[in-house]
Amino acid sequence: MDIAFATETLVSLLSALPLTLELAVTAIALGAVLAVALALARLSGILVLNWFARLYVFVFRGTPLLVQIFLIYYGLSQFGAVRHSIFWPVLREPYWCAVLALLLNTAAYASEIIRGGLLSVPHGQVEAARACGMPRFMIFRRIVMPLAIRQALPGYGNEMIAMVKATSLASIITLMEITGVAAKIISETYRVIEVFVVAGAIYLAINFLLTRLIAFVEYQLSPHQRQPLPVSGRLKGETH
Amino acid sequence: MNMSAKATPPVAISVRDLHKSFGPIEVLKGISIDAHEGEVISILGSSGSGKSTLLRCINMLEVPDSGSIAVAGETIRLKAAGGGKSRPADQKQVDRIRSELGMVFQSFNLWSHKTVLENVIEAPVHVLKRPRKEAINEAEALLAKVGIADKRNHYPAHLSGGQQQRAAIARALAMRPKAMLFDEPTSALDPELVGEVLRVMRGLAEEGRTMLVVTHEMGFARDVSSRVVFLHKGAIKEEGAPQDVFTHSKSERFRQFISN
Repeated sequence: MDIAFATETLVSLLSALPLTLELAVTAIALGAVLAVALALARLSGILVLNWFARLYVFVFRGTPLLVQIFLIYYGLSQFGAVRHSIFWPVLREPYWCAVLALLLNTAAYASEIIRGGLLSVPHGQVEAARACGMPRFMIFRRIVMPLAIRQALPGYGNEMIAMVKATSLASIITLMEITGVAAKIISETYRVIEVFVVAGAIYLAINFLLTRLIAFVEYQLSPHQRQPLPVSGRLKGETH
Repeated sequence: MNMSAKATPPVAISVRDLHKSFGPIEVLKGISIDAHEGEVISILGSSGSGKSTLLRCINMLEVPDSGSIAVAGETIRLKAAGGGKSRPADQKQVDRIRSELGMVFQSFNLWSHKTVLENVIEAPVHVLKRPRKEAINEAEALLAKVGIADKRNHYPAHLSGGQQQRAAIARALAMRPKAMLFDEPTSALDPELVGEVLRVMRGLAEEGRTMLVVTHEMGFARDVSSRVVFLHKGAIKEEGAPQDVFTHSKSERFRQFISN
């Protein structure tokens, strides 16, 4: 392997790192909001909302992300109504088409993860909150959500890692993120191995940091699942 | 008039002609109880007699089909919901009345992601909007009172059942409730842990707190309560001062119940 060439490639590919991260972070953040809404729709007990959420998850989980990207980028522009709508300035940008496809897709998976988390919250703890006179939204914010997030985090971590990798598909619709730049370098140099090894290593590094971050958040959020720390100074001298 | 008001304290909780069905099963068949301030009422009955449902109707964890509940003279407004069911007419009123009643559950139901101290100050700070500092001071006093001051920074999972239940009692007391509702508070405990919880409850009774206690603890019902109510198949079969009902009960069913 040509070290000089690999280093040069690394520098070129790192210049595309911000776009990859931007795609992933935007899609994951907006997708999370939609996912919570979908999970609540599933659990709302309102038939129309429930079935809408079911259908949504069925469609977006059941079709390839690549097909969704193509349909949004090439498909929507076929409709005059879309081209003349207020959304066109956004929908004609490949960047926003990629973000839209990624967020719609991740929302489908994440809504099921969040739904599982919400269902895991013990009913008794919700009942105790009601018995204290907490209003519904306060119960959701202070009791249900913290417990659900802790439960959903490992599964959600998987989904976030999958999203980081899925941003590589945005190269298909002309976006020069890491994979897009890698493909361009290969078409100029025909050195497939070096370029893709370096590209793969960058994704691996991103996901290594992401995994550590998720593990750290999980640790911070679950002191109640750890053994109590050895008696701290504050408690010294007290009997047990 | 003042004389008579002194003779009988005002009614803290009034239950009138309460009916409740789950599907085809009628669980409560017209229950009426008045709990006066300072009274400790033990509600006895075999499982399925409706005693827990009765207690849960008082703070609307179950909504009665018909009948009425009043707390400190304020009637909880219900409206018809079709199919012979009712629902609260004003959720804000229900939330406010719930905040005036302390409830203790069979399975403790402490919030598992919060420490004991956080459990106790949660509702005072967020529901009653009390200053955090003041709530913490009061919480620490309550934890000392129930004997678990040293566990204030522990999470519920790290406590024994008896300690968890005492924390739950402190959580209920932190709301400065007008009355306390206990739903089989010792039924989920190991036998050797029952005593510590009962001692705390006895202390509360001696302070003159209004308490409604669904229980299987005959000793507590006999020695601590001012009145015993025996439920059978959704109706009150026996009611009176413990020394009366335990010695010469009119109900054959109650004599059978206490003989086991």
